[in-house]
Amino acid sequence: MSTPTTTAPGAHDEKRPPAARAAAAPKGPPNRLRGWVTRAPLLPALVFLIIVTQLPFAATLVVSFFDWNALYPEARSFGGFANYQEVLSDPELRDSVLTTAVLTAVVVLVSLVLGLLLALLLDRSFRGRGVVRTLLIAPFLLVPVAAALLWKHVLYNPEYGLFNGVLSWLFGDDAPQPEWVAEMPLGAVEMALIWQWTPFMMLILLAGLQSRPADSIEAARIDGAGAWQIFRYLTLPHLRRYLELGALLGSIYIVQNFDAVFTITSGGLGTANLPYTIYQTFYQGHEYGLASAAGVLVVIGSLIIATLALRVVSSLFREEVRA
Amino acid sequence: MSALTADAPEAASSTAGPKAASAAPRSVRRKNTALGLLAWVCGLLFVLPIAWMVLTSLHSESDAATNPPSLAAPLTLDGYRTFFEAGGGAGPWPALANSLMASVFSTLFVLVLALPAAYALSIRPVRKWRDVLFFFLSTKMLPIVAGLLPIYLFAKNTSFLDNIWLLVILYTSMNLPIAVWMMQSFLAEVPPALIEAAQIDGARLPTVLSRVVAPVAAPGIAATALICFIFSWNEMLFARVLTGVVAQTAPVFLTGFITSQGLFLAKVCAASLVISLPVLAAGFAAQDKLVQGLSLGAVK
Repeated sequence: MSTPTTTAPGAHDEKRPPAARAAAAPKGPPNRLRGWVTRAPLLPALVFLIIVTQLPFAATLVVSFFDWNALYPEARSFGGFANYQEVLSDPELRDSVLTTAVLTAVVVLVSLVLGLLLALLLDRSFRGRGVVRTLLIAPFLLVPVAAALLWKHVLYNPEYGLFNGVLSWLFGDDAPQPEWVAEMPLGAVEMALIWQWTPFMMLILLAGLQSRPADSIEAARIDGAGAWQIFRYLTLPHLRRYLELGALLGSIYIVQNFDAVFTITSGGLGTANLPYTIYQTFYQGHEYGLASAAGVLVVIGSLIIATLALRVVSSLFREEVRA
Repeated sequence: MSALTADAPEAASSTAGPKAASAAPRSVRRKNTALGLLAWVCGLLFVLPIAWMVLTSLHSESDAATNPPSLAAPLTLDGYRTFFEAGGGAGPWPALANSLMASVFSTLFVLVLALPAAYALSIRPVRKWRDVLFFFLSTKMLPIVAGLLPIYLFAKNTSFLDNIWLLVILYTSMNLPIAVWMMQSFLAEVPPALIEAAQIDGARLPTVLSRVVAPVAAPGIAATALICFIFSWNEMLFARVLTGVVAQTAPVFLTGFITSQGLFLAKVCAASLVISLPVLAAGFAAQDKLVQGLSLGAVK
């Protein structure tokens, strides 16, 4: 089963080759009882997490091989890979895979770039820096559903939303009054998400900028390096890890996004992403087998991203331990 | 990039003549002011939708729905009044109470489970503690939606459908990995020498924990709790699928609140603000530790 167990870089605690005994191991002779005493505080959390997160995935995997529609419970039968075939050949589901990829890529990239620019602006002293930082974080601290409602009704509304209101302010009576959600449905969802996620990227990148070694920049400046050169050859390489981390964490959260799609477009107009489609397939379509097969495919996709993410986190982590 | 442009003239001035040297500070200052202003403009631009939401929530429905927008319309609390009287008089209170219950109890459970685990991963680490830590993190990277169906089926066949305790359990598992990661890094900040010294003085484990570990780790533990609270309060997919009338949480209530026809902008703004208020408060309280929590402890 493609559960996260396989991604953890070697969670084989049971094997414990004697050669690989960590320096952190308890002192004294290896003592079975003592090992368990050390491990005991860990067990409740571990057991709880395995039961609540891994068991449902195992069940999803099993269900994915059944032809099972909840409206016809007596017709439940083993279907092998039929659900997977159907998922992969269903144009609607294939579209939602594409939508998920586009949505995630656009939101992550744009909010990374904006977040980087904002982080660079904030990485200097000016009056009211703390206030500006607080202002910038605010969008991230709105309940996601509330943020989506705000964009849908208060900003995008074609008749009295703020956007068209500002257009009428600027251009008078014959100002263009676009139907934002209808004309660019995916863009509307993306804008709302970018607004919420840019602060997140900014916070990560700001932390990265502030961990920059000051002495090497000073040295480069004394050697006559220009601002662009310092940015290109010192700041950017240092930020690389933080950019990767932001991109990967952002991807993990945005691939799973449900609230914005559900609220702004209800999955219509080609904006249904995978979580929304799966939700609909089983909650409204009652196609349990199909929904599970799609779920397993999402898990596989996430595992690919997650493996990369874990590698980045782990390298940051090791760097920190060394420092 | 812009952060560094400010320093550029300084670098240039070391090679330029004395005339340029006297001019440089002023242009540096001007550039600094300009970039500071730009930062302010960006900050205000980002917060503008929220500011507009606050203003709209204080307008009457007809003033909220004008084009061009009416800035100076008289203020009223009608939007908030309608919100608190919605749903046949009970208003959002049951939903808010459910959200509060799910968030507070799941946060408490997370703390109870994560604190000992973090202890076993930092202060008295098990072998391969880093692998265990990464296992916790990897469970967080799986899409919630993939496990939704079995959980729904389980709930339907037991008495857990539309039961707030199921959400408590699910939110606990959702936040546990984050909490373990964060607390591991906070507990690791407790100097081992301090613990050893206390043990040499004859202090037993409970004393060590309450007198030595707790004071150092307390702010971090508080921040972890706030972040878990935020995530639970925000969650909607589980809440939507697994709750109905009795156990619906505030986000679910919020989406069901706008079914009526006619003007509802002020109401929606008021409702969204009220429901976001606990998160805004918790988020600003945990501001400094927010990145650490959201990046699962990878960035400090």
